[in-house]
Amino acid sequence: MDAMVEQGPEGSFVLGKVDDLLNLARKNSLWYMLFGTACCAIELMQTGGPRSDADRFGMVFRATPRQSDTLILAGTITYKMASRIRLLYEQMAEPKYVIAMGSCANTGGLFQESYAVVNGGDLFLPVDVYIPGCPPRSESLIEGLMLIQQKIEKEPWLKKAWTNTKNPKDPQIEGLL
Amino acid sequence: MTSEALIDYVKGLLGDKTKWADPEAGDNFLTVASEDWKNICQTLATDKKCSLTYLRNFTGTDYPEDDEIELTAHTFSYSEKHGLIIKTRISREAAVCDTLSKIWPAAIWYEREIFDLLGVSFNNHPDLRRILMPEDWVGHPLRKDYKQQETYRGIPTTRPA
Amino acid sequence: MTTVIRELGDEQRELVLNMGPHHPSTHGVLRFVLHTDGEVMRKAVPEIGYLHRGLEKIAESTTYPGYVPYTDRVNYLEAMFANEAFSKAIESLSDIEVPERAQYLRAIAGELNRIASHNITIGCITMDLGAITPFVHLLRERETINDLIEALCGQRVTHHYVRIGGVAYDADDNWLKQVEKFLNHFEAIIEELDNLIVYNEILVKRMADVAVITADDAVGFGLVGPNLRASGVDWDLRRDMPYGIYPKLDFDVPIGAGEKGTVGDCFDRFVVRVRELKQSCRIIRQCINNIPDGDIIGNVSRKIKPPKGEVYSCVEGARGELGVYVVSDGTEKPYRVKWRSGSFSAMSIIEHISEGLMIADLVAVIATLDVIAPETDR
Ligand code: SF4
Repeated sequence: MDAMVEQGPEGSFVLGKVDDLLNLARKNSLWYMLFGTACCAIELMQTGGPRSDADRFGMVFRATPRQSDTLILAGTITYKMASRIRLLYEQMAEPKYVIAMGSCANTGGLFQESYAVVNGGDLFLPVDVYIPGCPPRSESLIEGLMLIQQKIEKEPWLKKAWTNTKNPKDPQIEGLL
Repeated sequence: MTSEALIDYVKGLLGDKTKWADPEAGDNFLTVASEDWKNICQTLATDKKCSLTYLRNFTGTDYPEDDEIELTAHTFSYSEKHGLIIKTRISREAAVCDTLSKIWPAAIWYEREIFDLLGVSFNNHPDLRRILMPEDWVGHPLRKDYKQQETYRGIPTTRPA
Repeated sequence: MTTVIRELGDEQRELVLNMGPHHPSTHGVLRFVLHTDGEVMRKAVPEIGYLHRGLEKIAESTTYPGYVPYTDRVNYLEAMFANEAFSKAIESLSDIEVPERAQYLRAIAGELNRIASHNITIGCITMDLGAITPFVHLLRERETINDLIEALCGQRVTHHYVRIGGVAYDADDNWLKQVEKFLNHFEAIIEELDNLIVYNEILVKRMADVAVITADDAVGFGLVGPNLRASGVDWDLRRDMPYGIYPKLDFDVPIGAGEKGTVGDCFDRFVVRVRELKQSCRIIRQCINNIPDGDIIGNVSRKIKPPKGEVYSCVEGARGELGVYVVSDGTEKPYRVKWRSGSFSAMSIIEHISEGLMIADLVAVIATLDVIAPETDR
């Protein structure tokens, strides 16, 4: 971030944008929701586990949507589950991000031909990052979370919050909930 | 009992109501008429020598050419270490059968699954609802002529190009 | 959780609680509707299907070898067993001989997978009842197993290792040595686990005498595997209907003895799984010592066309009998495939045993019955 350190009569101070300060804070406390639907959830679990240790980057899991910033679609999404996921998404507070983890959440993957599986999370949610793999390794998931961090860094969040712009990628589906 | 001995014993027990398949490959099975379905299962489950108390698997298969749905029950006995496969066929349109849930409680859920995926209803079942698909789903997916709806609650079922 | 209070008259006032499908202690997407009077449950009705992926219908449009990767997803915590059950079905239908080395490798990989799966189960039981440390310890051990399996077949979760007619890759001596090294380390961990958590006072109090399942109920509802054995039924497919290499191996089958309460309570179901870890280690050691040289895959053509007929084949997975029923019409694709899984029956018994339990006990029941969503829904 661009900031200037200036010397004043009573000590030094920093000149910079409020947005940058907010983003610095937001970026380093990226909490994801503990929520998995299928096989990818096993890798999601390992990501929080001892070896990958996502805690290092300020990413910790939360069990409730009200406290989390990122929804990770970890696994196959069925039509029966889709309305529940949308409900969880609506319950999260802005700003919020969505990661589609694994080929199932990207496009339906192996189960694209199946009658019960939604062919991609982006059909009913605005997805920010797609992670390929079946399942992606925990390293890739961390990379995906870091991409979200990069996105946060560049966001003019204050302006966005004031103008209250809708996410243009958000598919509006009536009757889902 | 060995499986041959069991087959002989069941033949003696049920008389002319049995029909054996004797296939070239795979498992041998017994087919009974759908009217006798419940009584024969009851007999086999409670008979001391058979004591087939464990319903291992219960499912259905759709045969559109014959216009019939086949119900298959795999039963087993832990005490005697033998198993028997019992089948019956019902018509595709009417698709009703007697419930086995009084004999084997495990059948409660298996029958719900068959009802959900194949559209067979069971008389006197305690709780016959869809189990795997949502309540407002249209059709029974495991039927061979099943066609999927174009959208479900506004979500398209094919991926737009 | 959402709540509904039903006004029925004073004695019958009922509080209906929704639990799941997103709830940290339901292990994936399981859902329960609880009918309670506030604290004690009248009944808990499981609702499943949130992960129903239509695996059985997909089988009707894939070839036999092409379906094996799908079997990984029948239960992603124990993919080896589902691979093996399906391969075994096709092998017995079309008379394919499996080389001995492949059978040994199947047993080693399978038992490693069983340990990995039980690690998650035991960890989840303790975590759901309030102890987080054992879960993290066991996750660490699971990582080592994942590494071993990855070295063997290149995948951490969805293995696709057991193929029709044998296995996909051979193991070298170095790998076997590493497995042995892991066992030496892990056997000490089992002991540590015993001291650390198994007889912990709080854990025992939460589980002893809770949700007792009698042997008759267990058989009637079709419980299998550790759940069945915890109720005192001495049955293990590996020993009683042996397949593969198991008849040549020597191992014990732990059964529930009511150590801290009644036979068939939650504690028995927990402890049976802990005891199984040791037996799996024993099996792997014997396999490593006796493994012969030779082929790893039998004579299988690329196009498999089993003769007309049907077969039910089952293996003893980490959650008990994992069976598959395959109907062949003589073509390259199965006519019908049906999976029979332990979690499906375990889930169906919950409504029956939940009456009179506290809400907090339900968590212990789900965790010790070890129900996971992909198996119930498929
Ligand atoms: S992408 Fe692969 S591993 Fe992930 S949920 Fe789908 S099938 Fe399972």
